[in-house]
Amino acid sequence: MPSHDVLVIGAGLAGQRAALAAAEEGVSVGIISKVHPVRSHSNAAQGGINAALNPGDSWESHAFDTIKGSDYLGDQDAVEVMTREAPEEILHLEHLGVTFHRNEEGKLGTRAFGGASAARTYYVADITGQAIMHVLYEQLMKYSEQIARYEEWFCSSLALDENGECCGVVTRNVADGSMELFQAKSVILATGGNGQVWRPTTNALICTGDGIAMAYRAGAKLMDMEMIQYHPTTLAGKGFLITEGARGEGAHLLNANGERFMEKYAPNKMELASRDVVSRAEQTEINEGRGFPDGTVALDITVVPKKRVHEALREIVLVGRDFAGVDITREPIHIKPGNHYTMGGVKTDIDGRTDIPGLYSAGETACVSVHGGNRLGANSLLDTLIFGKRSGRDAAARAKRTDYARISKQVLEDEENLVADLMSREKGSGRRISEIKLELGQTMDGKVAVFRDEAGIQEALEIVKRLKEEAKTAYIDDHGSVFNQDLIAAIELGYMLDNAECTCVAALERKESRGAQYRTDYPERNDEEWLKHIDLERTDDGPELSYSEVTITQWEPQERTY
Amino acid sequence: MAEYTIKVRRFQPESGEGPYWEQFNVDLDPSLSVLDGLLQAKDKEDGSLAVRCSCRAAICGSCGMKVNGQSTLGCKTQIGEAQEQADKMKAATGVSAAEADSPIRGEGSDLGSADNPIVIEPMGNMPVIKDLITDMESTHWTKIRRVTPWLLPHGEPPEREYVVDPESMIDITQSMACIQCGACVSSCLSMEADPGFIGPAALAKAYRFVGDPRDAETEERLHDLAEDPHGIYDCTHCFSCIDACPKGVAPMDQIMRLRRRAGEEGIEDPNSGHDHEMAFVKIIEKKGTLDESLLLQESFAPGVKGKLKPSKRAIKEMLGSIPTAIRGIKTGKMRSLPKLIPGVHHKLPGGAQDDVQAIYRHAETHNEEFNLYIKGEEGELAEDDVEKGIERSTEPAGQEASNGQ
Repeated sequence: MPSHDVLVIGAGLAGQRAALAAAEEGVSVGIISKVHPVRSHSNAAQGGINAALNPGDSWESHAFDTIKGSDYLGDQDAVEVMTREAPEEILHLEHLGVTFHRNEEGKLGTRAFGGASAARTYYVADITGQAIMHVLYEQLMKYSEQIARYEEWFCSSLALDENGECCGVVTRNVADGSMELFQAKSVILATGGNGQVWRPTTNALICTGDGIAMAYRAGAKLMDMEMIQYHPTTLAGKGFLITEGARGEGAHLLNANGERFMEKYAPNKMELASRDVVSRAEQTEINEGRGFPDGTVALDITVVPKKRVHEALREIVLVGRDFAGVDITREPIHIKPGNHYTMGGVKTDIDGRTDIPGLYSAGETACVSVHGGNRLGANSLLDTLIFGKRSGRDAAARAKRTDYARISKQVLEDEENLVADLMSREKGSGRRISEIKLELGQTMDGKVAVFRDEAGIQEALEIVKRLKEEAKTAYIDDHGSVFNQDLIAAIELGYMLDNAECTCVAALERKESRGAQYRTDYPERNDEEWLKHIDLERTDDGPELSYSEVTITQWEPQERTY
Repeated sequence: MAEYTIKVRRFQPESGEGPYWEQFNVDLDPSLSVLDGLLQAKDKEDGSLAVRCSCRAAICGSCGMKVNGQSTLGCKTQIGEAQEQADKMKAATGVSAAEADSPIRGEGSDLGSADNPIVIEPMGNMPVIKDLITDMESTHWTKIRRVTPWLLPHGEPPEREYVVDPESMIDITQSMACIQCGACVSSCLSMEADPGFIGPAALAKAYRFVGDPRDAETEERLHDLAEDPHGIYDCTHCFSCIDACPKGVAPMDQIMRLRRRAGEEGIEDPNSGHDHEMAFVKIIEKKGTLDESLLLQESFAPGVKGKLKPSKRAIKEMLGSIPTAIRGIKTGKMRSLPKLIPGVHHKLPGGAQDDVQAIYRHAETHNEEFNLYIKGEEGELAEDDVEKGIERSTEPAGQEASNGQ
């Protein structure tokens, strides 16, 4: 049985950062990823990473912007930790080799981003996530003696010992189909978000909420699951992301009448208001008939100087050209709000600890919560790195003071039986996995999106429950061992359905409008009743609801205008 | 929506059978991608069709494959364009891109549209594991690790950031844009001949450190990459990797930058590659077409005007070239012996030679690095060039001159 002091599941930014931090503490580390680490979705973070590092800027200002952005649902102790540690992390990355943009003096340069009161976003053209992740992967290669990499291994179930502490995980080697139980003293879930539950989404096909579902099934609490971010600028139909950096560089949003409509919704910050605000503004324009016939509004990047576009927004020049047939330096591009980010997730403290001893979570999988009701642009990379680092350190400290637990093979056998059952289903015995996924995605995008109401969410929940039943008899075509992607898709579908159910239940419960949760039947924020987190815990009858306090340190909730 | 037939080279390792072709009919908007077409076939018809994919937006680098023989990303190739390309190839050659050497399965084989399908194969220069999934570990990642792919700074880091020339960061951002998809490795002709070649992706990665002012081992890296027989001088300059790269990394340009830096470091080019290249440049400038009689002399004993005063090494190289020259003449790749007599080579008719020289002048006045992060897209340089009657075809010349070779 492969054993590591610390086992990290997921190898995007949070996972890689956690593995490196744990290794620095001198423990043995294994990092498992269902895809090669550099394929992870952190790649897609284009615009940059926030830190109050400039003279004249302060972590307090960054913290306040983040908290205001969260619509006061972010936990302020966690936000303080993240914003205080941000400058050091940027410098650490720079020292490792990230090719951050420089100003004329050769020092780190910044760009403006949404919801921020200062230009504090550090970036590498518009491939910031990719540039950072590839540098972290360089470090993983460098420290290969301490960090074992399991590339293209899929995780399906957490193992708990007799005391209910997390002691391992069941994995499947994608290349040959062999299944193994991995043992660990600490396990860190860093598998990213659940964007694939919605269709379309900016998220990659791999973002199926694996870690959130695994933790939930093992009995950990989830939090803020109703908070799903719709990004204001995604390509219609395909859901591809156009970075907020475009608006940071000065691009305008226009409706079909050519009006710069953000004047009405956020007269001060205009296009750089918080994402929930901009997405709602766009959707309102579209719903009220001022959008284009394809259900979009326009993003006009032609107002940004061409040289600057090519230097700083090159990736979206390519996206425009290759995926929309538009030269963004010459004409506006049609965009709409699209599913983008999971603010909620596995409930953790500021060291990544979940409710289950030995189980940690970081990055988009986790909910610390620093993003609350709405995440600011360029805070997600920061979240992954700071809480990846902190959970890696704490997981290592725990590993140093504990021994390997006795681990029962039962969980492996259960999982093998599950796979055998999937393999044995006759073709035509039920629906195809892909059909169920499509219906799920369209349902969620139709009913649990920018604007929500009770009837719609209730309907979505009923559909999700039906799909859960249908998934029990859905069949797969591939019965082989080598790269059986069909089988993995079937297991991922189970994860997605658990994620969807939790989001529906939480969205139905929160009877107010805050951040990304906008209820047309409860259009106001209601601090008196709802300045609290919704927690969810698994039972055989579905998620059980409870509440937890929002931590407030020095910023009392106030009205939120941009 | 439109109907397409995709013809996929499949391999199911557990079946005990060899590779075979299978055709699928798919129905999707022409602006969607070849990957979307594959996923439709997988979703609706056969879930065992294996293809790595994730982002669908040319960011993650999972779906490297060959489409109509060209290495690329499946998600970046629009299916409508792939069909046009297949049609053009058929019109030009009379044969469809689809080979007929393996058995064809699937419904598409009976249909009219299967006449000229879009052909999809796994990447080249890599062992195939299953269908479109290749073993990148043995062919790509081992070579990435070969170039010591992490920053090696000197001493303790500064309290704040390293202060460096802003252009240097933009310069290496071009190679940082690499997403490790393997399309360049798949298309690399040198690697086909020498599987040990470190290859375009790993060498582009190497330039990312050599070009980084924060790295303190530039000299060691250059010696390492130059002295390895499978290193920077193993590239034959064929441009395939530049064509294949979906991210504008231009791996060959990065290799040429490494060679230039090696030259500056005083490292001798075992192939006389620089002199050989300059021989072409000089001969064309003077005569407009290639005068082979001058090529060996210019390549191995340059700088001596009109006289053959070779060094010992040049004599050795020239003698060594004789078998190649004879083979060249025999197979018609070189012109007949009499035409190899110096001085016989004809000049271009009329004022054509002046046009050639205009291209040279243009290249010299545009002596810049061709880095997309600095310069932007082709469109911009085209405008004033077109006025002067110089087509885009001059670009490679400008590019090479700018690489200082």
